[in-house]
Amino acid sequence: MPDNILELRDVKTHFTVRSGLLRRREVGAVKAVDGVTLSLARGEVLGLVGESGCGKSTLARTILSLIPISAGTVVLNGRNLSQASSEEIAASRRDLQMVFQDPYASLNPRMSVFAALSEPLRVHGLCPPNETPERVARLLETVGLPTNAMRKYPHEFSGGQRQRIAIARALAVGPKVIVADEPVSALDVSIQAQILNLLSQLRRDMGLSLIFIAHDLSVVKHVSDRIAVMYLGRIVELGAAAEVIDTPAHPYTRALVSAIPRPDPDSERTRQRIVLAGDPPSPMNPPAGCAFHPRCAFAVPQCQAAVPALEPFRGREVACIRVSEI
Amino acid sequence: MALLEVNDLKTYFHTRSGVTRAVDGVSFSVERGETLGIVGESGSGKSVTGYSIMGLVPQPPGRIESGSAVFDGVDLLRCSPAQVRAIRGKRVSMIFQDPMTSLNPYLRVSTQLIEPLLIHEKISRMEALARALEMLEAVGIHDAAGRIHGYPHEFSGGMRQRVMIATALITRPALLIADEPTTALDVTVQAQILELIRTMQRELGMAVLFITHDLAVVAGLCTRVQVMYAGRIVESADTRTLFYAPKHPYTRALQASIPATQAKGADLRTIPGMPPDPSRPLAGCAFAPRCESAIASCSAGTVELAPIGPGHLQACARVQRGEI
Repeated sequence: MPDNILELRDVKTHFTVRSGLLRRREVGAVKAVDGVTLSLARGEVLGLVGESGCGKSTLARTILSLIPISAGTVVLNGRNLSQASSEEIAASRRDLQMVFQDPYASLNPRMSVFAALSEPLRVHGLCPPNETPERVARLLETVGLPTNAMRKYPHEFSGGQRQRIAIARALAVGPKVIVADEPVSALDVSIQAQILNLLSQLRRDMGLSLIFIAHDLSVVKHVSDRIAVMYLGRIVELGAAAEVIDTPAHPYTRALVSAIPRPDPDSERTRQRIVLAGDPPSPMNPPAGCAFHPRCAFAVPQCQAAVPALEPFRGREVACIRVSEI
Repeated sequence: MALLEVNDLKTYFHTRSGVTRAVDGVSFSVERGETLGIVGESGSGKSVTGYSIMGLVPQPPGRIESGSAVFDGVDLLRCSPAQVRAIRGKRVSMIFQDPMTSLNPYLRVSTQLIEPLLIHEKISRMEALARALEMLEAVGIHDAAGRIHGYPHEFSGGMRQRVMIATALITRPALLIADEPTTALDVTVQAQILELIRTMQRELGMAVLFITHDLAVVAGLCTRVQVMYAGRIVESADTRTLFYAPKHPYTRALQASIPATQAKGADLRTIPGMPPDPSRPLAGCAFAPRCESAIASCSAGTVELAPIGPGHLQACARVQRGEI
């Protein structure tokens, strides 16, 4: 049995941009994910952070084969999904599930909770029909909802409860890996804490591995073992969660961490903040070399020469040629 | 006298399914030049408070049931429409969460920027355009001269928020009401916009009423903070007191549920249950059903905001009695 439940090798997801009459002329490609290599250990929580447009959600969808991969491989539990047939991909969903950001959009409003939770059991043939109600009831208990919830419809629940239903649906097939794309961003702070606790409890009890995507770094730090920071389709820093957030090495991670407001008035008033100029560049036309160099305070001419590789640096990996000098 | 004085504001929405008490008796004041934060979760009534002051509550179904909002001697809730028009957009401006929906996609940025000037000041189009350009540069749009005649979709999210701030500040208002202006933005862009609001505030000497759900944003920006729950203010204090010595159980629970304040990996403190349904008002303290310090008497009687220290008000009866 391999140590890593999930391995990504040089994954690329490019979208062709077409123009002209009937959109037949290819005018370029958006390199949403451009060479990501990552591994996820059994029982590990890997946080994936970055600004909007950095490719973190595209990467999540690529892992699930919801978007076709352009190059590279996704290996789940020893099986290569990037060359798999659609039947094999369908079967892989037993091991790999996703929870989306917006629980208002990810549940079918016309399906009762029972219908929503029993569908994956039926599709994968996991449970004889006469035992289904019992299984659904146990799923609801697992996520902290009363069993009578199964007769209700999504509109009867609040955002936090809907997110619990979405998690129960992902758990129905007994997955080994869950990819959670901004699962708490749409929720209020007090509800957010409930869902985060639920996710860590599930991980403890069921040995789940999680890829946790969020833009809120303090949330990611709290739940993750390791954190990968993405910028414009590539990973720029990867390391233990507390280290990456407390002592960021890559100039982009430093800026990102320094931009997080802290719920502490005294430290807010005294600390120096790195305010990044401008917006992230377009992934259709990324800057030459290191994509971060136009916004980077430490950039030198060599930064434009080549795309820096992710290299070991003080117990983590960083993609910056100047990391040891700055 | 305070710049804005809100007294016992009640804004209810009369719908077919009943009366929703969105804002249920809110009183506060904003001094000249200060930044007051209003923090609350969705449905706490923080945004409706801002809308009520600006006269933007759709009526019907909304109705201002009672109260006053006295801005520089004029009660915004009771004065004539002409008086409101002379103040709104001129001396009190508002910015919103989503600049894509609050800028008109069919109008050039320049048209939207000069509109408040043409309405409120005796100024020629040329002069107005010159002021607009100046303002656009002040909010940090590069190549303002080249972009001023562009349309909103040609700007990124952060840039659109800058344009909206420019539109709101072009008349040099005395009060800016900011309703979650950075919620839709990335953290790095959020840091830029907060810095911009701070700078503009210093330059214009204006007061800011900053409405947000994010306690962390309030920490670095506001001089005073008030926390709302179920249409009422439950605690109000200067920022340091609110963060370092909060008294109301809701404020304390809210603070404890932020991951940044907790040890990594430990279970987060949660507030059980959900905020109450504002169409079914509860007797007594609205937070009582979720409060770990609640006792039977909390669900009866009225709850009043009372002083507990200098400039520090809170609404928990048990704290007032010194029990917790």
